[in-house]
Amino acid sequence: MAGSPNYTDYHPRWLRRRVSTYWWLGSWSYFAFVLREASCIFVAWFVVYLLLLVRAVLQGEANYQQFMSWSATPAIFWLNVVSFLFLVYHAYSFFDAAPRAMVVHIGKTRVPASWVAGGHYAAWVVASAVIFWVLLRA
Amino acid sequence: MGDHITLQIARYLPEKQSEPTFDEHEVPCPKDWVVLDGLNYIKDKIDGTLSYRWSCRMGICGSCGMTVNGEPKLTCATFMADYAPGPLRIEPLRNFPVIRDLIVDIGDFMRKLVNVKPFIVRRYDKPLSEGEYLQTPQELDEYKQFSMCINCMLCYAACPIYGLDPKFIGPAAIALAQRYNLDNRDEGAKQRMEVLSEHAGIWGCTFVGECTKVCPKHVDPAGAIQRYKLTAALEEMKTFFMPRGA
Repeated sequence: MAGSPNYTDYHPRWLRRRVSTYWWLGSWSYFAFVLREASCIFVAWFVVYLLLLVRAVLQGEANYQQFMSWSATPAIFWLNVVSFLFLVYHAYSFFDAAPRAMVVHIGKTRVPASWVAGGHYAAWVVASAVIFWVLLRA
Repeated sequence: MGDHITLQIARYLPEKQSEPTFDEHEVPCPKDWVVLDGLNYIKDKIDGTLSYRWSCRMGICGSCGMTVNGEPKLTCATFMADYAPGPLRIEPLRNFPVIRDLIVDIGDFMRKLVNVKPFIVRRYDKPLSEGEYLQTPQELDEYKQFSMCINCMLCYAACPIYGLDPKFIGPAAIALAQRYNLDNRDEGAKQRMEVLSEHAGIWGCTFVGECTKVCPKHVDPAGAIQRYKLTAALEEMKTFFMPRGA
């Protein structure tokens, strides 16, 4: 004991382990968390894509057709498919988290978490239905 | 052997080694034996030098948290038979410095806990003659879940954010702060907010959610932190839109 330079009777040498760079591969829930964080990149991409679409529409028929042709290229098509899947996961994870952050009371009664999550899903369905209705009318 | 299980136990003897090693022991595995029973068997019958913390053996004291097959667990509430035929790998809690064998240093948590004032703060204490502070069952329900925390540190061991950034105040301390904030007898929310609204406080949490999953008392620290974030954001908005107060 006395021969070890890193040890004293009153302050033993503690073992400090570093977190691996690949900690997020250690369990499915860590990996799901990283996927959720990564989904923000695809949300940002859809915002950019939507702005490009609006700009193309504002610039007239020719630009809009050019934008649609560009969107139909395999790279953009598959990027949008992957982005859509990530967006659905992003929405699901957000709605899953919402009841834990929002504690709603009606009078003195606490609204069950399932109702808060259900309200978010209902709003999602209604918003999607409105968009479909607008698209189908057009 | 069907009625025995092999335990692989992390050993770290700071006076002898710089890296942990693993000892293997075979212990009896009756269906009512928890991991802590296996460790006690080794300590009593095989190797008395094994060091670990434990006290109550009934999930109250929070002393016996360890990493069991990669997951933070209370060893007094983890049955070895559930892991049969084994082997079972037992390591100290992650994200804490190891003092010896399965014992970690929790001083960092204890210092942070004090900072969030985990007790009822009153501006004025009313005299005893005015009686007790009454509370309805609904008011109790608001914070009861967060009051179940036993400071077992499993949430810190499961939190990668705490592992990566030790300045992060961490799940249990924030959940305990929330326990007192939600108590209608308390008036210390503003003082706690000053500590918790810093980057190392609630905003350090990225909502991995593992703290809630591993909590043996179903405290939901992740939920407490997200609620706190919402409160902090609303408070910030209030001061922005109503700088002279509501």
